[in-house]
Amino acid sequence: MKLAGFFRHLNQERIVFLLTVCLFILFSATLNNFLATNNILALVRSVSVLGILGLGMLVVVLGRGIDLSLVANMAISVAWAIQLMNNGMPVVGALTVGLLFALGMSLISGILIAYTEIPSLFATLAMGTLIYGFGRAHLITGTDVVYLSSDIGWLLEMGQGRLFGIPMPIILAAVLALIIYLFLRYTKPGHFIYAIGDNLAAARITGISVRPMLVSQYVIAGGVAFIAGVITATSVQAMNTRVVNSNMIYDVILVVVLGGVGLSGGRGNVRNVIVGTLLIGVLVNGMTIMDIQYTLQNVIKSVILLAAVVADSIINPRDEQTGQQGDI
Amino acid sequence: MRSILRYGLAAATLASVALGSFASTAQELNDPFRGPALESLKGKTIAYLPISIGFDLAQAWGGVIKTEAERYGMVFTSQDPNWSTDAMSQGLTSLIAEHPDVIVTQNPDTQSLARLLKQANKKGIIVVQMNMQGAVQTDAFVGPDYIALGEQIANMVLKKCGKGTDTSHKVALVQGVLTGGVSYFQIQGIRKVFAENPEIEVVSSQAADWDPTKARAITETVLQQHPDLCGVIDVWDGQGVGTGAAIKEAGKSDQVYFVTSGGGAQSTCDRLKDGTFSAVINYNAPGMGRDAWTAIMVALQNGQGGGKIKTQIYSPTFVMTKDDVREDTCWDPQKYAKLLR
Repeated sequence: MKLAGFFRHLNQERIVFLLTVCLFILFSATLNNFLATNNILALVRSVSVLGILGLGMLVVVLGRGIDLSLVANMAISVAWAIQLMNNGMPVVGALTVGLLFALGMSLISGILIAYTEIPSLFATLAMGTLIYGFGRAHLITGTDVVYLSSDIGWLLEMGQGRLFGIPMPIILAAVLALIIYLFLRYTKPGHFIYAIGDNLAAARITGISVRPMLVSQYVIAGGVAFIAGVITATSVQAMNTRVVNSNMIYDVILVVVLGGVGLSGGRGNVRNVIVGTLLIGVLVNGMTIMDIQYTLQNVIKSVILLAAVVADSIINPRDEQTGQQGDI
Repeated sequence: MRSILRYGLAAATLASVALGSFASTAQELNDPFRGPALESLKGKTIAYLPISIGFDLAQAWGGVIKTEAERYGMVFTSQDPNWSTDAMSQGLTSLIAEHPDVIVTQNPDTQSLARLLKQANKKGIIVVQMNMQGAVQTDAFVGPDYIALGEQIANMVLKKCGKGTDTSHKVALVQGVLTGGVSYFQIQGIRKVFAENPEIEVVSSQAADWDPTKARAITETVLQQHPDLCGVIDVWDGQGVGTGAAIKEAGKSDQVYFVTSGGGAQSTCDRLKDGTFSAVINYNAPGMGRDAWTAIMVALQNGQGGGKIKTQIYSPTFVMTKDDVREDTCWDPQKYAKLLR
């Protein structure tokens, strides 16, 4: 009886959280130095950019959208900003141009989705290709990895600095998570996003200006992507535009969905993203310590993810009430 | 007086004879070999298909070949598959149908293009493989002898971390794409040397997929796990910027000896200068472009057709440290990128 009650309270977020805790205990017991403070910091740090992108994706997914152009937007806007710096533009000016580019591109995505009513999947898929193609053809004219010189001063701190011994990327990710949490929880636009994701038609009838809200979701995601890009670039002193070809965007969707955010919109919060990101972080860190080859790492990663999703669908079977139209 | 005249006459005759003979030999020496050589090059087509045209090595190779090809009235075309193996094999398939005289390409891994390259050779197309050797031999492979390069790097690390040194003897390897020629053969050489020196403990050997961000995360974890790490080898400097950033940030630049290899673009010099790399084996990408051009000239002039004479053209390499970096030691990829645009 008690056990049944326990199972009833399990949802995907809790399953994933439990899984993370189990793995954490297992690795702590079996791997040397796993529990060392520095390793934990390295662990969180290695997924902080993924987590930040996950936050951007969260805002979009809550409104029943998806942004597949996130990684392209991040890579091209930041690479262009760095190239401008290398050509002699002051750091602040170049960053402003890069940020405006990122916001502009996501504004176009938003308008395509909200006003032209193109499904977000297709609009952002096309926009991602457009941003990357345009960027590579006309903005990033040299090599596809744009190197950052080390004489840019304070900016380097964003990726390489520490505050109270904690690496800056972790602090920035935490601050962003807090901001997004407060935004979603305590502001009117935040509540509107949930309302739109839950039932767009009903939200419109209650008087929410749905289209501008949709556009602003994508613009927020674009801004978040730019911040994630700056952290990536300053960490390794280079922006590698090839990430656009990698499966990074799927990893971003993964941490969001894994944590229990519903792709059908309206369900989820910042906590879900954090839980999903931590599971990936613990997994990858543990496997790297065990020196497991990266191809095998991918297999293990996907098996665990599948297990989490299967467990969720067994414990919380979909029915007419929980399943929504447009569920992917 | 008479005698002077006689001498003068004699001198004049001599001079004219000498001049005349000089003129006639000059006519004969009007380089009989130049014409046929130029003829064999003129109007020929070169198709360039590297993994991507967006990275420094491919830009240097292509830039040099294009410049020379155009000098001799050849047609140079290039395609950018942008790191997609699928796009590359499609491109190669359509190239074989178009039948250019020369294909200059680069294998993303040892197997993917092997069958197609063989087919191109069979059709008489001259095939030059750059840097990443595939499973078939064609007219020319241009690139460093990666097994030897791996051995050399391993020996450099051995000197700093091997027997007789007061270190942990712990070494980490960061590979690229496991099946990529540059990574695969280099690791073979490294493993061979370390197998002969059992005191060396390879604590990590992970693939970073040519991605500096991945290399950074891997190295950071390895350094946490083995704070007494002595040496790190990364198979390519383009990915090594991430590896080096992790070492530098851990404050271990003095303790960890970090060697990598690459084509010697400006970014390499910058990273040597700021201490991200301890040493780099430079295989000079513009030099490889020249080697490739040489291979093309040889193949076109010997007139045997594609795939008849097969040569491994191993690129010269040299070791660079901070002390070797001068104002113009490294080359600017922008310059070559512009040529290819």
